[in-house]
Amino acid sequence: MRELVTIARYGLREGLRRKAFAVVLLLTVLFLFLYWLGDHYLFRDVAHIQPPEGIEPRTFAGAFMVGLAMFATLFLGVVLAVFLTLAAVRGDAERGLLQPLVVRPLGRSKLLVARWLGAVAVCTPYVLAVYFASMAITGLTGHWWPDRIATPGIELAAAVALVAAISLLGSVFLSSIANGIAVFMVFGAGIVAGLLGTIGHALPSRTLSHGARIAAWILPFEALYEDGLHEITADTTSLTGFLLRLGPFGGAEQGGTTLRLWAAAYLVLVAAVALAGFSRRDL
Amino acid sequence: MAPALAAERLVKRYGRVEALRGVDLTVEEGELVGLLGPNGAGKSTLVKIACGLVRPSKGSAEVCGHRAGSLTARAQLGYLAELFRFPGWYTADEVLELHQKLARSDGGAAERAELLELVALSEARHRRVEGFSKGMAQRLGVAQALVGRPRLLLLDEPTSALDPVGRRTVRELLEGLRDRGVAVLLNSHLLSEIELVCDRVAILLDGRIVTAGSPAELSKPRGVEIETAAGIRTYETAGREDVPALVADLVAAGERVYGVRVLSSTLEDVYLEAVGGETS
Repeated sequence: MRELVTIARYGLREGLRRKAFAVVLLLTVLFLFLYWLGDHYLFRDVAHIQPPEGIEPRTFAGAFMVGLAMFATLFLGVVLAVFLTLAAVRGDAERGLLQPLVVRPLGRSKLLVARWLGAVAVCTPYVLAVYFASMAITGLTGHWWPDRIATPGIELAAAVALVAAISLLGSVFLSSIANGIAVFMVFGAGIVAGLLGTIGHALPSRTLSHGARIAAWILPFEALYEDGLHEITADTTSLTGFLLRLGPFGGAEQGGTTLRLWAAAYLVLVAAVALAGFSRRDL
Repeated sequence: MAPALAAERLVKRYGRVEALRGVDLTVEEGELVGLLGPNGAGKSTLVKIACGLVRPSKGSAEVCGHRAGSLTARAQLGYLAELFRFPGWYTADEVLELHQKLARSDGGAAERAELLELVALSEARHRRVEGFSKGMAQRLGVAQALVGRPRLLLLDEPTSALDPVGRRTVRELLEGLRDRGVAVLLNSHLLSEIELVCDRVAILLDGRIVTAGSPAELSKPRGVEIETAAGIRTYETAGREDVPALVADLVAAGERVYGVRVLSSTLEDVYLEAVGGETS
């Protein structure tokens, strides 16, 4: 256990030292400022909007903005997670950073798990902080709060933790650059699945919606994000509820407990493949 | 007691390339063994198998009686890789502290201070590694390998970036370790270093050990040189035992003898003969 904590702290310290972290922090401050600006003008004008019947403008504006913030938070969290983990095995081995650690009596599985924990210790507080900050901005500016406060944030954090695990898995087999490209392509595939789902919902096309749903579950970080989107307007019905399902970058889709269990199983599966690959890898 | 390192019929294949083709090597406790060979001979692969970084395709390797790569085997060894790096934002002291935790060493600050003193880095104790010269980083690498008092030390090119003073420091350190019973497998291209400190030498070529023995066993007589007033006379077929008779004959013949040198082949001669001029 002591070695696990030592390596996790090593990874945490490495993560906080990297320029990627500073860049993400800078982008976050910029994003939150622009987000506040957007909220400010949107809710200033929302009272004067005469929407079609069945649409509650403040709910629509608030949920749309928080949904947008959730996408930005997910994206920034994924950038951070990928940059913290993309070189954890093969990249660090090529630079000679890994070998002095691996020869110590701690076991490769422990080392990999610790690296994941180190990355998660940086990414999940970051995601939760940005999520709650943007939600607070919308709540204080527009006097609208999501139907579920904590669950969407936790699901976003879990989605980023999953991406960190996928990136660690990639780092066992791919060089740093190849892994970075591969993980961002996988992330992009998830986003595309969400967009297809939105289109399928709007047309409506059951086949497209069904295909997008399967793709989102194959990449459960996307399904977690969609479930989080659903949670912010879980109690919203009528036309407002329908339109919110067309939300930005992937519509809200309920996943529930089954999805959360699947995400946990998926994490275990990714970890098992990564550990098996790492244990057989010559360094 | 089990030897510090015992490799039997080790074979390692990387795809179609056979890096090791049945290597047998034993390093006893307190023994300093030098591993020589051209680039690509399999030296680093052998060392990496011993410390568990590489899995053998066939054969076995044991460290202090435990399967190489197992946690118990790794707890017995210290390793310095040929290419290694420490996180630049760590100080020398923090690097050693990190490795103390991973090696489950309870030596604390006293051990760290002693190791930094051994490699002449006491002054740089609180300096960040990113500011270190190559030689300083290599000496820190040696100190790191010694964390937790290992019974077997595996050093892959430990003096390649060192200046003559640094090399001497490491050489004296290795001699001190041998006196404490630590076994050392030293992989180096620096023949003079190996010749000076090693009890035994193994020369690898194309994944096989082609020559092994102590430097004295490996060296061959190359004649006798006698310096006289008339110049240097060389007796190519003579040996050490012939020296008294040769000197007596010269003195009887009225020559003045100023010096006698018994010639033998150096490790470099042995090496070149073994590898046949191969470089990679």
